[in-house]
Amino acid sequence: MTAGTISIVLDGQETHVSTGSTLRETIARHIERELDAAGAPVDGGRLGVAVAVDGMVVPRGDWHDHVLADGVAVDVVTATQGG
Amino acid sequence: MDDALDIAGVRLDSRLIMGTGGATSLATLEEALVASGTQVTTVAIRRYAAAGGNSVFAMLERLGVHALPNTAGCFTARDAVLTAQLAREALETDWIKLEVVADEDTLLPDPMELLTAADELVADGFSVFAYTNDDPILARRLEDVGVAAVMPAGAPIGTGLGILNPHNISMIAEAARVPVVLDAGVGTASDAALAMELGCDAVLLASAVTRAHDAPLMARSMRAAVQAGRDAYRAGRIPRRSLAQASSPDEGRIGVS
Repeated sequence: MTAGTISIVLDGQETHVSTGSTLRETIARHIERELDAAGAPVDGGRLGVAVAVDGMVVPRGDWHDHVLADGVAVDVVTATQGG
Repeated sequence: MDDALDIAGVRLDSRLIMGTGGATSLATLEEALVASGTQVTTVAIRRYAAAGGNSVFAMLERLGVHALPNTAGCFTARDAVLTAQLAREALETDWIKLEVVADEDTLLPDPMELLTAADELVADGFSVFAYTNDDPILARRLEDVGVAAVMPAGAPIGTGLGILNPHNISMIAEAARVPVVLDAGVGTASDAALAMELGCDAVLLASAVTRAHDAPLMARSMRAAVQAGRDAYRAGRIPRRSLAQASSPDEGRIGVS
């Protein structure tokens, strides 16, 4: 781990993010869509993803204020093919 | 003739619910979904990276089909409840197809975990579509905790064995106060028609279409079968008899005496 970064497990992969990173910044980078403070995509489309931190759902409206702690597991899910 | 299905507060003209699992490509899946005429389709909830982004979500939005997220792959009530909560957040729907299975080989529902999860999810405001065994008593218990629909398996998921216990399916359909959706086991069109003839309100299938040689053609076939079975059920079949009964009149017969 380099100075000024923390390590998180993002979608099952160990990832380094800047200390003080919010969930909103991290998710926006991961799904390659800009998100507003309410967690809605600025492109006007529907988001279609949900996030759990350490097994607890974090509503999109809370992402902006959620500062990531070192070592947390962030799971990002969406719909895929399934019966 | 209006024969819409009211389910979880929505009126559906199509009684075929098509799942999206097992398709070889998104393009074929889209073609099959359109051919099936379905207004509701199931999706699984998986990690964003593994799902290859949100292309399935985008497709359903484009088609204007209701998404029914499932809890496939969950073996405990705890996992199923978390998956349902994520699905609600991601897809902005209170609908959940609740699957809590006992093992990988049978993929049959675990009755205890299923009932526990159904109870928790109903209390949390979900419309629960409960995938269940072909057990009339478990179906009743699920209704008692407030599920929106009971979805008994015709046969284990993906087997295509049809309806192994038609008598039980019929008993579930007769007793139910909520819609009954035959879910899993359908292999071909006659299985779907039989489900409707037995009194089910709808049929949910995926593999039978998505793994067919010509998926869009099978989707069209299933659409016709569900409609035919529904019409036959409403029309009222004739009783079975052990001996023949002529349909031509006896009177006026000619014969050499």
